[in-house]
Amino acid sequence: MKGLGRGRGSGRRGAADGGGPPGGGPQGLPGISVTGRRAGTFCLLLTVALCVQATRVQVFRADELNHNSANQRLVVERYSQPRGSIRVGADSVTGSEPTGGRYDYKRTYTDGPLYAAVTGYSSQTYGNSQLEGTEDALLSGTDSRLASWAVWDAVARRQNPGGDVRTTVDRAVQEAAVRGLGRQKGAVAAVEPATGRILALASTPSYDPGSFAGTSADDREAWSRLQSDPDRPMLNRALRQTYPPGSTFKVVTAAAALESGVVTDVDAPTDTPNPYLLPGTSVPLVNDSAACDEPNQSLATAMALSCNSVLGRLGVEVGLRRMAATAEGFGFNEARLDTPVRAARSNFDTRMDEAQLALSSIGQFDTAATPLVMAMVAAGIANNGTVMRPQLVDSLTAADGTVVHSVRPSVYRQAVGPGTAGQVRRLMVDAVENGTGRAARIDGAVVGGKTGTAQHGVDNTGTPYAWFIAWAAPAGSAAVPPVAVAVVVADSDATEVTGGGLAAPVARAVMQAVLSR
Amino acid sequence: MATPSAVTRTAGRPRRTVPTRRNTELALVLAAVLTAVLGYAEVGLNVDGAVPADAGEYGGALGVLALLAHGAVRWRAPYADPLPLPIAVLLNGVGLVVIYRLDRATPGNAAPTQLLWSSLGVGLFVLVLLLLRDHKRLQRYAYIGALVALVLLVLPIFFPPVYGSRIWITFGPFSFQPGEFAKVLLAVFFAAYLAVHRDALALTGRRVWRLRLPPGRVLAPVLAIWAAFVGVLVLETDLGTSLLFFGLFVVMLYVATARTGWIAIGLFLAAVAAVGVGRLSPHVHSRVADWLDPLGSIAAGHGANQIAQSLFAFAWGGELGAGLGSGHSALIGFAAKSDFILATIGEELGLTGLVAVFLLYALLVSRGFRTGIALRDPFGRLLAIGLAALVGLQVFVVAGGVLALIPLTGMTLPFVAQGGSSVVTNWVIVALLVRMSDIARRPGPGEGR
Repeated sequence: MKGLGRGRGSGRRGAADGGGPPGGGPQGLPGISVTGRRAGTFCLLLTVALCVQATRVQVFRADELNHNSANQRLVVERYSQPRGSIRVGADSVTGSEPTGGRYDYKRTYTDGPLYAAVTGYSSQTYGNSQLEGTEDALLSGTDSRLASWAVWDAVARRQNPGGDVRTTVDRAVQEAAVRGLGRQKGAVAAVEPATGRILALASTPSYDPGSFAGTSADDREAWSRLQSDPDRPMLNRALRQTYPPGSTFKVVTAAAALESGVVTDVDAPTDTPNPYLLPGTSVPLVNDSAACDEPNQSLATAMALSCNSVLGRLGVEVGLRRMAATAEGFGFNEARLDTPVRAARSNFDTRMDEAQLALSSIGQFDTAATPLVMAMVAAGIANNGTVMRPQLVDSLTAADGTVVHSVRPSVYRQAVGPGTAGQVRRLMVDAVENGTGRAARIDGAVVGGKTGTAQHGVDNTGTPYAWFIAWAAPAGSAAVPPVAVAVVVADSDATEVTGGGLAAPVARAVMQAVLSR
Repeated sequence: MATPSAVTRTAGRPRRTVPTRRNTELALVLAAVLTAVLGYAEVGLNVDGAVPADAGEYGGALGVLALLAHGAVRWRAPYADPLPLPIAVLLNGVGLVVIYRLDRATPGNAAPTQLLWSSLGVGLFVLVLLLLRDHKRLQRYAYIGALVALVLLVLPIFFPPVYGSRIWITFGPFSFQPGEFAKVLLAVFFAAYLAVHRDALALTGRRVWRLRLPPGRVLAPVLAIWAAFVGVLVLETDLGTSLLFFGLFVVMLYVATARTGWIAIGLFLAAVAAVGVGRLSPHVHSRVADWLDPLGSIAAGHGANQIAQSLFAFAWGGELGAGLGSGHSALIGFAAKSDFILATIGEELGLTGLVAVFLLYALLVSRGFRTGIALRDPFGRLLAIGLAALVGLQVFVVAGGVLALIPLTGMTLPFVAQGGSSVVTNWVIVALLVRMSDIARRPGPGEGR
């Protein structure tokens, strides 16, 4: 374009039009040399406008446009090669098959419903969820960690073969959890207390993520059927749903009472009147067990019999600030609990009056927890008060098996001291040996647990949630127990709903699966 | 005047020679052909993992065409500007590569047909250089040309509409857009008319505020012909071409008369026409709506429209592009090879390749303007500038449309887009520019004064 736009210079104008050659302008008006240059400058400006707009679209708005929901490019790229595997132990629980359609490959699941709460789904129509979503870059091969020449690969847009995700899940434990829940609606979370490794993550009823992995009418029908199912099979109850934890929360309250010094001897009588009226009200905090109505029961007896009055009063005595701090040490009020799949936030209110605090301390009122966080409570007690960060991924590998990332155990919080944890373990063992959790006893093992039967719904009319949280260790072992588990049964055909009756047997099966490895 | 006399010249001192630059042109033409061949190879490597078997044939065919054109220039226009021909060869080659690439992803086999049309275009290029020794001869046929242009534009009304526009003439398997040919004839007419009447247009007439309006009797024929064109185009709902003709009209009037009043009137008329047509035609109305909010149809639940798909393609290209054959521009669907071919260039060659293409056009246009300024006869000056402006405006209307800078009008990118009439016409335009640049640079009897 050089030479254009210089026409405004008076020297050029004079040179081109002076002397009135045929091209000169009429009577002193600028000639074609000048107007032509101006028109040329105009055309140059049009080019500049195009370049500016191209830069806007291709550079500044590129990210937004690439991620637009109607833009199929990311999906096409994602499915242009076999997707990496999600592994449980040595086995791959996922696969890829050629489709012959617009998307070259489709996700398959070898045991879809069994692992749906672990894998999530990878659908060409409906996107990704859970591990399929959080680890998508690795599975689809775009993760820069897979590239041997990161910069060159980025320039050439070379797509590496998809890498594998090795999970911490144990097949036997997972199967025990799903089999234990059976046809009941509920969830199981099992972790290894010393490391935070998640051994099982189950949610029932489950679904087959392979049923809507493609783009066909069948896929769409399967999806809409799952979406409209009143039992909500696609809800991951172990991670994404909170329930009032009921009496299982008394483990946290007991730990807070011991840690804060409100209780120094678990066998000493507590100063609990009968009936215990909620502070500032004339409403008594009732007990399920008649033995609890004896005044001044010890903490040990209260835990074994699950006495609301004793634990509610202790919670008030510990105080809101210390109760909340202890609960938060176990994972409550954490908005970003990433396994890497994010767990829903478990709640313990930080502002309430004493009556509400008493109710919250026995796992009612606004207290709500995911099964994962209740498993962290049991695991923290088992691990001498140290709560480990729960982890679902063991390592990430490239397609050739090279480890590109290995997840190390990390401490989430020191919730209570080792002494307190040891005392609470004794209380939990007592609850299983002699109290409400007898259904979880295992021959040749030490089991500590706590039952819970949580009321919910308007005026507590809903079917109660049956809870059980526990840990187990081989008898005589001084090591940290190898498993902690939380079970919630939200709905079942049973006539009598109690944590000890419905949830404890499931927890027992899961723990036995770990102990018999 | 103050140069050596005839005596010194006859005394055997070498005459000052003007370099012909033909070897420069030959080198650039060969580089352009080589670029296209590399493009073919890249498509094959990215799509099939192997250099396509017919890359040699395509490259050979393009090379033969380019050398034929170069030979014609060397023989009959030796002093011509060395840039327009290589640029045309390169753009045509890039177009063939991208169409070949899109053939791999979409139904239809358009690349061989496009190569055939390109051969016809080069044939006409050679023919123009051989037959038209002086562009001033065209001045005689200006009015006949305008009449032929009008007939060409009216013809498609008698043929069935294609994709909502009556701009096609179909004979069995062949179809072409007469509007493409008409634009050259119209540029010739404007140049001839304005060369004769520019003084009257510039100096007479009534002054309204700071604008001098031309007298009716001079203006009337121009306005009448222009109105006839625009009327026909609006009836055929071909907005791109009517916008192009309108822009050409305003630019040439301004260049001829230096009256800024023309620009004001032009912009005013354009605004009135735009609002009016936008109100009346649902076809146009939807185009404007899509331009104002390209992603609106997605939010409304209707999926991505073509302009959104086009933007997706550009965005995917980013700075460096996905590589020829590695993009997904087939998602644009219909017209990917014609109106939307620029989106594939943006997606697979990136911002870098896209700007390079824009700069090629800018260079071609600027050489046209330079030729116009260098020529001495008003008709030639106006014709060269008009033809260059025609290319520049068309590129802007097409590229601006697919980039959502202006409403989409549906036109072909010169030399690159699929479409026989367009390729052939643009080769004729380049032939005329080459011819005129030869005359502008040729050392004549007055050389060395």
